[in-house]
Amino acid sequence: MKMRAHRYQATLLVIAVGIIGLTFGVLADAAGLSLPKVAAMSALVFTGASQFAAVGVIAGGGSGAAALGSAMLLAARNILYGPVVARAVPDSVAGRLVASHFVIDETTAMSSMQDNTEDATDAFWFTGIALWTLWLVGSMAGAAIGSVIGNPESLGLDAAFPASFVAMIAPHMRTAPARFVALCGAGLAIAMIPLTPAGVPLLVAALAVVPGAEMARRRSFMAGDEAGAS
Amino acid sequence: MSWTVIALMIAGSYGFKALGVFGLAGDGSNRVAKRAQPLTALIPAALFSAIIVVQTFGNERSVIIDARLVGLVVAIVAVRFKAPFIVVVVAAMIATAVVRAAGG
Repeated sequence: MKMRAHRYQATLLVIAVGIIGLTFGVLADAAGLSLPKVAAMSALVFTGASQFAAVGVIAGGGSGAAALGSAMLLAARNILYGPVVARAVPDSVAGRLVASHFVIDETTAMSSMQDNTEDATDAFWFTGIALWTLWLVGSMAGAAIGSVIGNPESLGLDAAFPASFVAMIAPHMRTAPARFVALCGAGLAIAMIPLTPAGVPLLVAALAVVPGAEMARRRSFMAGDEAGAS
Repeated sequence: MSWTVIALMIAGSYGFKALGVFGLAGDGSNRVAKRAQPLTALIPAALFSAIIVVQTFGNERSVIIDARLVGLVVAIVAVRFKAPFIVVVVAAMIATAVVRAAGG
C-alpha cells in the first residue's frame, strides 16, 4: 500500500513538473534556443531553476558567460541534497555516478518524506526517472509550440514553480524545528534578494538548519524521543 | 546560448550534484554523515521555503508583490485541503492568470 501511495504522489508531482517543463520550453524558444539545445539542457543540465535562470539571462540580452554564472549559482544548492538523499543512493561508485544526475529538488522532496529506506530509495528512482522523462518531453513540446502559447505569464505559468514547492514542503512542516527553519530560510532569502545574485539567497537560507538542529536537539532531550527528525 | 556554454552548464550542474553525493553523503560506515543527520533532515525545509519566496517575491534584485502572491496563497490553501500536487499547481496558475487578466 505504502509503495503505491508514494508512487501515486510522485506521479502527480511529475505531471505538474511536465507543465513547468512546458514553460521552460516556451521561454527557451522565445530566447532563441534551438530545439536540440532545449533538449540537451533538459536532459543533461536537468535542474529546473538553473535552466530558467540561464534562459532568462539570454532573453534579457545577457551574455553566455552571465547565463552560465547565473545557472551555476542556482545549481550549487544541489550539493546540499546529496546528504539528504544519502540513504536512497547505492553504495557502488557506478550507482552513485548515475544517481547523482537525479539529485534535484523534487527527488529530494519525495525521497526524504518517506519513513523507511526502501520507500526512500523507490521514491528517489521512481520520481527521478519519471520526472526526467516528463521534464524533457514537456520542454521539447514547449519549444515546439512556443509561439502558440505566447507569453507564459498570461497563463500564470510562472506561478506553477513556487506552487509545486508549497506542495513539496508540506510534509516537512510537521515539527516545530522544521517550521522554524522554513520561516528563517524564507526570511534570510528575502533579505538577501536585493544584496546578492540569484541563487545566493538560497545558499544563505540553508544556514537556517543550524539553529533549527539545535532547537530539535533540545526538544528531543526534553521529550526523550526523536522529535525533530522530519 | 552557444553549445560551449551548454556543455559547461551540463558539467557544472552534474559536478555539484555529484559533489553532494560523493563528498557529503558518505557511505554506510561514514560517521560524519550520521552525525550531520539532524542538520541534513532540515535542509528541504530551509531550501524549499527559500525557493518559494524567491520565486514569488523576487524580481531581479528587488522584492515586489504582484499576481504571483495570489497564486502562492491559493497553493497554500489547496495544500491545506490536501489537494493533490497537480491541483495545487493548476489552481495557483489559474488564480495568478485571472488576477493578471484583471490587471493586478
